[in-house]
Amino acid sequence: MEWLRRLMMPAQGSEFAKEIDNMYMGLFWLSVVLFLMIAIPTVYFAWRYRYRPGRVTPHNTHNTTLEITWTVLPLLLCVAIFFWGLKGWMEYAVAPGEAMEVQITAKKWLWQFEYPDGSRTINDLHVPINKPVKFIMTSEDVIHDFFVPDMRVKHDIIPGRYTEVWFNPTVHGQHVITCAEYCGKGHSDMHAVLTVDNDAEFAKFLETGGTEWEDYFNGKDPKKTPADWGKVQYETKGCNSCHTIDGSKSKGPTWKGIYGHMVELNNGTSVLVDDDYLRESMLYPNAKVVKGFEPIMPTFQGLLKENQIKGLQAFIKSLQ
Amino acid sequence: MDQAIKTTPRIGDRPRPRKNYLNETRGFKSWAFTLDHKRIGIMYLIGVLFSFLLGGIFALLVRLTLLSPTHKIFGQVLLTAEQYNRVFTLHGAIMVFLFIIPAIPASLGNFVLPLMLGAKDVAFPRLNLFSFYLWLTGALMALTAMVFGAVDTGWTFYTPYSTTTDGPVTLMTAAVFVLGFSSIFTGLNFIATVHKLRAPGMGWFDLPLFIWGIYSTAVIQVLATPVLGITLVLLMLERSFGIGIFDPRIGGDPVLFQHFFWFYSHPAVYIMILPGMAIISELIPTFSQKTIFGYRAIAYSSVSLALVSFIVWGHHMFVAGQSQLATVVFSALTFLVAIPSGVKVFNWLGTMYQGNIKLDTPMLYAMSFLVLFAIGGLTGIFLGTLATDVHLTDTYFVVAHFHYVMMGSTVTAFIGGLHYWWPKMTGRMYSEKWGRVGCLLWNVGFNMTFLTQFFLGSKGMPRRYYNYLDQFQPLHAFSTVGSWIIGLGLFITAAYLLASLRKPADAPDNPWNGTTLEWQTSSPPITHNFEEQPVLEREPYDYRPVVAAR
Amino acid sequence: MSTTSVDLHAHGHEAEHAHDPHHQHHFTTMEQQFDTSKIGMWLFLVTEVLLFGGLFVGFGMMQARYPREFVEAHTHLVRWQGALNTVVLLISSYTMVLAVNAAKKGIKSKQVLFLALTIVCACIFLVVKYFEYSHKFEEGWLPAKYYSYKGDSLPACMEKSAGPEAAAAAPTTPPAPCTNGYATFFSFYFMMTGLHGIHILVGIIILTWVLIRANRGEFSSSYYTPVDLVGLYWHLVDMIWIYLFPLYYLIQ
Repeated sequence: MEWLRRLMMPAQGSEFAKEIDNMYMGLFWLSVVLFLMIAIPTVYFAWRYRYRPGRVTPHNTHNTTLEITWTVLPLLLCVAIFFWGLKGWMEYAVAPGEAMEVQITAKKWLWQFEYPDGSRTINDLHVPINKPVKFIMTSEDVIHDFFVPDMRVKHDIIPGRYTEVWFNPTVHGQHVITCAEYCGKGHSDMHAVLTVDNDAEFAKFLETGGTEWEDYFNGKDPKKTPADWGKVQYETKGCNSCHTIDGSKSKGPTWKGIYGHMVELNNGTSVLVDDDYLRESMLYPNAKVVKGFEPIMPTFQGLLKENQIKGLQAFIKSLQ
Repeated sequence: MDQAIKTTPRIGDRPRPRKNYLNETRGFKSWAFTLDHKRIGIMYLIGVLFSFLLGGIFALLVRLTLLSPTHKIFGQVLLTAEQYNRVFTLHGAIMVFLFIIPAIPASLGNFVLPLMLGAKDVAFPRLNLFSFYLWLTGALMALTAMVFGAVDTGWTFYTPYSTTTDGPVTLMTAAVFVLGFSSIFTGLNFIATVHKLRAPGMGWFDLPLFIWGIYSTAVIQVLATPVLGITLVLLMLERSFGIGIFDPRIGGDPVLFQHFFWFYSHPAVYIMILPGMAIISELIPTFSQKTIFGYRAIAYSSVSLALVSFIVWGHHMFVAGQSQLATVVFSALTFLVAIPSGVKVFNWLGTMYQGNIKLDTPMLYAMSFLVLFAIGGLTGIFLGTLATDVHLTDTYFVVAHFHYVMMGSTVTAFIGGLHYWWPKMTGRMYSEKWGRVGCLLWNVGFNMTFLTQFFLGSKGMPRRYYNYLDQFQPLHAFSTVGSWIIGLGLFITAAYLLASLRKPADAPDNPWNGTTLEWQTSSPPITHNFEEQPVLEREPYDYRPVVAAR
Repeated sequence: MSTTSVDLHAHGHEAEHAHDPHHQHHFTTMEQQFDTSKIGMWLFLVTEVLLFGGLFVGFGMMQARYPREFVEAHTHLVRWQGALNTVVLLISSYTMVLAVNAAKKGIKSKQVLFLALTIVCACIFLVVKYFEYSHKFEEGWLPAKYYSYKGDSLPACMEKSAGPEAAAAAPTTPPAPCTNGYATFFSFYFMMTGLHGIHILVGIIILTWVLIRANRGEFSSSYYTPVDLVGLYWHLVDMIWIYLFPLYYLIQ
């Protein structure tokens, strides 16, 4: 009956999907039997007891034994199905503790994925094969729904709140992600591609910090320049908690107008703020501290990818 | 049997009265200000059928748009994504609020309920008329909203989409609010009528099962609709004044809206299906010429469905962010719905067993109901079961499931009931031959359209999608062709029913040999329903020859 | 379901019709008509309870979300004004009972007096409400986005950083002060007391209509349904206030 399952269900991307399919097919055959139990008598009685003038029908008002039977048996069946469904649900609802966490931000009408190391992608989700992945999701506008048919999971994404869903992919290759909660004009185009990588592919994917940055460096979109990418890093990597971009004072030097000028350091020397100095300050912040500031900046080594450093350099350069 | 029946007074072989409720008074005012429940019922009938036509046109548009992935018909793009969203919203809102909810109770129920009780009218005739005008007001408001660009929220008005999107959402919401109060007043009227205006000798367990069904419906209408009312008020205030109860940006909770909405709208599903079941409980014994099997079981199952309907709303939100404990509890409670539904179906089959079954058009619709409701009910199990629901919810599987229940069951029962009481309402018989053709097309078209959608859904096609993956195209095309057959079937049905109005009154008082009181007055009934106050002496559905019974 | 005919039509219906102009044709007796009206009114009251019930549930859920803010916000309400209104409504309920009693006995002067007293109480209630509302408008204790009061001890908006794992990724600018809970409280305050106020207003209109009819001497021991039904409505409106008062003015 494998052909029937293939007719009704999408490809199986995880062990969980197989379980759901078994259950679905179980319910399917149960339904077929119950349906025939209703449809066959309906048609048979209509033929067997078709109208004959003068036939007197028996006056059977009720039969308590029968009533109890067809109340209790379905009830028992329902209890059994409920617990069967509960078993699968528990698996769906509780993610394993060691699962990798990916943040999802949904908005009209795109998906933004962010990995534990800060790598980000848009509409392009990569996960390693045979490792559980947990998604922590929130929305910036209306309700969306993260639906991966091949994994048989979905969950609503609600603004102002975090919801979770997880799966453990076992099939290498690409799968569809779609939005399953109506969200307006672009609802039906709100797709993303889920790529299940093997370990080497995934490591390579993380090394470059995802794929979103490519949009900022290929020059196709005038609204996405390397400086814009730097601004995104400024806001999300925590730079903005100590550095201002409007010239006002904070825990660190402001970035406004700093590029291309000499600054005095706390060891009495001066240095020109150029790309090299900025890179050094991000990776070894306490090597050269500007005069009047405490050496409190943590190192961003390992946290900032090459493209992000480039973006930040371009961003600081643009703040004149 | 035939002999015995002919000797009883229940076959209407009295001379046809010259005056009946249709011709006693004439003119626009005599209808606009009528307090007669039969005329109000007829006005409702015309109103809901017009809504059905409108909602149906939108449904055909939706299907036609989905015929091909490019949405092109003869080289023209039929609807853009925005237009498509508006059209499916209108389809849903019109079908639910303007058509199905009032369809059976307010039109057929209004006409038949006092007749079945042996009463002269409903308890509050003025309130009845007021309720009709509320419906009309709501309908006109909805039409106005349509003219001003319509809304694209889906009929469920989920926040925060509905509070942030453009369009006359407030007007549409207000329309639904008004329609809700129309529904409340109808329900209130029916409850009071059933309690106080039964014919002498008619105890609670002598009520026809149609009354039990309508009574249970009325209880839901009175208890659930106010909550919809207040939810819609909150939504309107949210849009106009930003009160922030549902707005996450100022501390509100969008999921709270879903709780409120489904607290009404799940019971509303039973406002739709219970009257359908009520009609089937009349059709099956009448056309089997046999007493109903398990009268009390069917009556109690109506009431218990009404009660259970209030505690299962959370099953619309298994993946919508309610607490996991709530989800598990709601799933368990949801399975309770299956029990009374099953009891009804088995008792109907028990009634057909050893009957003397006449396959007239209403009975054909009743049998269609049994088959279609079986599919609708059984696919509900897939959705009530937690693990499978996660995959199936918000897909076409859900769309197919609720169309089987609302359209395949309720509308089938409504059409069956319309045929059943058509001679009583109009005094005319329709063409039996065309009636069977219509029923056949309805069944073929319906199953083509919606059986397909189960496959679309389980394959992973989400609902409310304008664009879809190419792999789904054959199934979508098949479904669209099915919708044309439904349209053709309904067109034929409308044609022969209207054609019957052109001929002189020819319907006997009791064409189907029914046992309930509405068949004891003339067809069409006189204005005060009965020449003499009927008194009940035998329980309903008693098909024993009268001599033997005495 | 075979029937025989009983000729209630001629005796019951026509005969009573001649006696009482209020008797509607589809009821057999006046008593049946009265009972039916009462059932109708009770059902209507049930819908009213559920209408307010929705708001009470919403209030409860939001209070669970913002317990601290709700307690602080409610101290802005003036307790003696609420208490005064409670007393006024209780008195009006009592005068309403007396008016129904008078109608039952058919004493016209007392009906008019007690109905008038009830209306006066209702008006006093609205006047007090007017002062309450205008004070809140001045201070800026308004619903949601109109909330402009500055004196609260405002906590930070927790919305964005609520998720445990989000803290690392979330922006590190200090969150803006947040009026969320306070504003929500006043949203509910204005909706619930406002809806109740509308009910009082409608009550005044119906009471006036009944008063005029009573003044014409239309009610007697055989027909006083309108007075009785308006009485039921009025008691419900009072009862809702009995729940609103502790909910808003007393709970700590």
